[in-house]
Amino acid sequence: MNTQTKQRDNQARPGFITLCRSYFIRHIQVFFYSLGQLSRTPISSLMTCMVIGIAMALPTGLYSLLKNAQQLSGGWESTAQISVFLKNNITSAQAKKLKSDITQWPDVISVHYISREQALKEFQELSGFGNALTALNSNPLPSVLIVKPKLSKTSERATQRLLKKLVNLRQTDKAQLDMQWVRRLYAIMNIVERGVLILGALLGLAVLLVVGNTIRLAIQNRRKEIVVMKLIGGTDAFIRRPFLYTGFWYGFFGGIIAWLLVSFTLLSLSTPIEKLTTLYQNQFELTNMSFLTTLTLLCLSILLGLAGSWFAVGRHLRDIEPQ
Amino acid sequence: MIRFVNASKRYDSGFDALQNVNFHMAPGEMAFLTGHSGAGKSSLLKLIALLERTSRGQVIVNNQNLSKVPRRRIPYFRRNIGIIFQDHQLLFDRTVYDNVALPLIIAGYSHHDIGKRVRASLDKVGLLSKEKKYPITLSGGEQQRVGIARAVVNKPPLILADEPTGNLDPELSAEIMGLFQDFSDVGVTVLVATHDIALISQLPYRVLTLKEGKLINDSQAN
Repeated sequence: MNTQTKQRDNQARPGFITLCRSYFIRHIQVFFYSLGQLSRTPISSLMTCMVIGIAMALPTGLYSLLKNAQQLSGGWESTAQISVFLKNNITSAQAKKLKSDITQWPDVISVHYISREQALKEFQELSGFGNALTALNSNPLPSVLIVKPKLSKTSERATQRLLKKLVNLRQTDKAQLDMQWVRRLYAIMNIVERGVLILGALLGLAVLLVVGNTIRLAIQNRRKEIVVMKLIGGTDAFIRRPFLYTGFWYGFFGGIIAWLLVSFTLLSLSTPIEKLTTLYQNQFELTNMSFLTTLTLLCLSILLGLAGSWFAVGRHLRDIEPQ
Repeated sequence: MIRFVNASKRYDSGFDALQNVNFHMAPGEMAFLTGHSGAGKSSLLKLIALLERTSRGQVIVNNQNLSKVPRRRIPYFRRNIGIIFQDHQLLFDRTVYDNVALPLIIAGYSHHDIGKRVRASLDKVGLLSKEKKYPITLSGGEQQRVGIARAVVNKPPLILADEPTGNLDPELSAEIMGLFQDFSDVGVTVLVATHDIALISQLPYRVLTLKEGKLINDSQAN
């Protein structure tokens, strides 16, 4: 009798190839089935995706802005220059003499002389205080030598030495290295970058929890179905699969929404920023997210969706056992 | 097919649901399991389907010692058992066809095979015309027959039924029993738990009687 049963079993059970094909087809079916499940409750699905999208968009947007700022300021370190303000009693001829002297120095690339008159004219043009200045009897601005030091990244000390030399000149009133603020800006950007990372990690965790909680509710709603599946021999993997794909879809759509949010924000910012940079006599175009950034965003979002549902399913599926 | 050796089941609450139960069912045999509610019928079926594990003693099903089946193998083990419930355990958001097809989908049958088998199974229980209906639109007897079609669709060598006629009138009950007889005739082992003494007394099958967790009567042994 037993051999008879076994024979019938052999005829009845699907073969290995059929099993593989069924497995693959099953994955595709569940892939779309879980999408269909989401579309059955469009509002709540959309809300979940929006939450994920916004949580992902915040760090992504900040990251994009930061990258733009870094790009904008990237060349600034090499533009270091020393402004040497000359004493008021130095005549134009003396200043020009000094200029040609300094140009001879080995650690100097070039020297640009701005006379007191030029300085005044520039100031009137650019500051908008032109009329106020005419009220003054004399020109309050000193003449300036702009000294460009020979620079490499390691020449920090050499530059400091040059600065000292310039300060000690008899004609110098004051000399300052116009690089301090660039350094400060870089330091600030480092802090901001760290902040964006932390914010990203926290919001990533939030996405994980949102997806986990949503999947937990889905599991509870489909408790009966899970029980029936277990009763008729569904493996844990089989029961888990639709929930994992649901998490996948949440992550996917959340990522798309985040991408849309960031793209539109950057797009709407680009015109005013262009205006601003023109005011600074600077050509700068806000670059939108690169393809790679977009891809990373989408993959991260999907990964978080999958991970969130994995945790929820792992925690709650075992609790549901047929009674 | 089924062998109980001094099997006992004590729940965590301390309640002894089964005590030292011994019996053996040969392949292809059909038997009724009876007793008052709370006598341990459901517990006994749960032990066979690995919904519960024995506290002491052994249960051997289809030459497998159930205490040696690890948790992850349980789904594969259950695929060889068709289980029928008093409350049908059907999924109401799926059609009759999809309900019956579920065990085949789980086991990974090809689309073509699934269609053939589901229709054969529905034909057997006389519901072929209702395959596109939703279970909620069917009568209690029809729902139970859908449950039976689902239990037998992958041709398991063993069928367990827990009060399958609990909610049905005598005529429908007899019909359901007739189906079980048919399965038994083709070599399937069938164990039906029921307290419907009137129904089973008319039928020429073995009766196992439980009382307070003990097997007090086995009609075959008599």
